[in-house]
Amino acid sequence: MASDEKKLPQTPSQTVGPFFSYGLASEQYGFSELSSIAGREIAEEDEPGEHIKLVGIIYDGQGAPVSDALVEVWQADSQGRFAHPTDGRQKNTPFTGFGRCGTRTDPKNRFTFATVKPGAVGDGEAPHINLIIFMRGLLSHAYTRVYFSDEETANAADPVLQSVPADRRDTLIATREESSAGVVYRFDIHMQGDQETVFFDV
Amino acid sequence: MSDFSEFSERDWPSHPKYIDEGYKSTTFRGPTKPLIPLQQTLSEVTGPVYGQDSVSALDSDLTMNGRKNGEPLGERMIVTGKVLDEFGRPVPNTLVEIWQANSAGRYVDLMDKHDAPLDPNFYGGGRAVTDSDGNYRFKTIRPGAYPWGNHPNAWRPAHIHFSLFGAGIASRLVTQMYFPGDPLIPLDPIAQATPSVDRLVAGFSLDVTEPEYALGYVFDIVLRGPKQTPMED
Ligand SMILES: [Fe+2]
Repeated sequence: MASDEKKLPQTPSQTVGPFFSYGLASEQYGFSELSSIAGREIAEEDEPGEHIKLVGIIYDGQGAPVSDALVEVWQADSQGRFAHPTDGRQKNTPFTGFGRCGTRTDPKNRFTFATVKPGAVGDGEAPHINLIIFMRGLLSHAYTRVYFSDEETANAADPVLQSVPADRRDTLIATREESSAGVVYRFDIHMQGDQETVFFDV
Repeated sequence: MSDFSEFSERDWPSHPKYIDEGYKSTTFRGPTKPLIPLQQTLSEVTGPVYGQDSVSALDSDLTMNGRKNGEPLGERMIVTGKVLDEFGRPVPNTLVEIWQANSAGRYVDLMDKHDAPLDPNFYGGGRAVTDSDGNYRFKTIRPGAYPWGNHPNAWRPAHIHFSLFGAGIASRLVTQMYFPGDPLIPLDPIAQATPSVDRLVAGFSLDVTEPEYALGYVFDIVLRGPKQTPMED
């Protein structure tokens, strides 16, 4: 299995711009001409696992909520399996693990996903959700990861989390809140500043 | 656990920097701290899978998919191209999403306040899935340029927004396609923030042009790819 040689330069990234709603998140924004390939509801009601909501606000460098961002999430199911052929384990539920949410339709500009808490993949990593951020003014998308505040032991052993300077790890931990409405993990994102979220060079 | 190959790294010299003096919105939105290197795991080399069954023929025909009472106005065009990875391998069965302004430079998005007419017969959004050789093809209307507030008398060059996945989220790409010879490209801070912006300019093709129907443009796209060819069973 020899490493192949690179032949071509990558196509440059550009900002998603402010007007992606009807193209990438049509149903969320009320358009009926084009169906959406993914949205805020990732897990169906009967999907096995703990049903959770992932909620957060993206703040810019002046502390203002970003109203024109697009957030994508990618995660394993509650058994730690990805709906992808590279993951050799067979999945038998319709759970894709992929969601998309724009931040303009919520009055507080929150992104919200209804999903199940992912299981550990089994490679020593703690349960986590991969998150990709796009917005006007962001020329290349930003990758981050959401870890869970009630997984302290697993988090302490997670190689990715441990590679992050200790004083910045908190930016990657979603806070668990339980109420009669269910389990909510809160994950705010700061693009800049003292609390700047850790973004990864994936 | 599964065996997998890591994806080639992000080719930073090809991509714009997060903070760009000319493009004002980057000032308070681009990350300022260095990115933390991440050793790819199964989470990054996998991603959403959309096959041929996730698109209909109408999805890739923007001259048809927004019609209410007639044909959209403007210059019909065909945009086609091949999606490859950096190693020159075609990327088959990958989703290509596009969105764009109409021929007058106006978006359907409700936040677009540009005083140019909406076209009741043009929506401007579509999608296609690449074939087994990595090819995609759209029919659409050539978008118009539009003004924006970055600086006095600022106009975006005509462009089509593209979104692609590739085989895993590591190869995710959102970009814009421009048109050859557009005099606004050298004046546009977004285009000028981009090293080798030439690679975002489509080529006119008489071969793709359909007689009596539409001009043809070719826009090939190169994504990150697995560093090693998958092993054969
Ligand atoms: Fe645009």
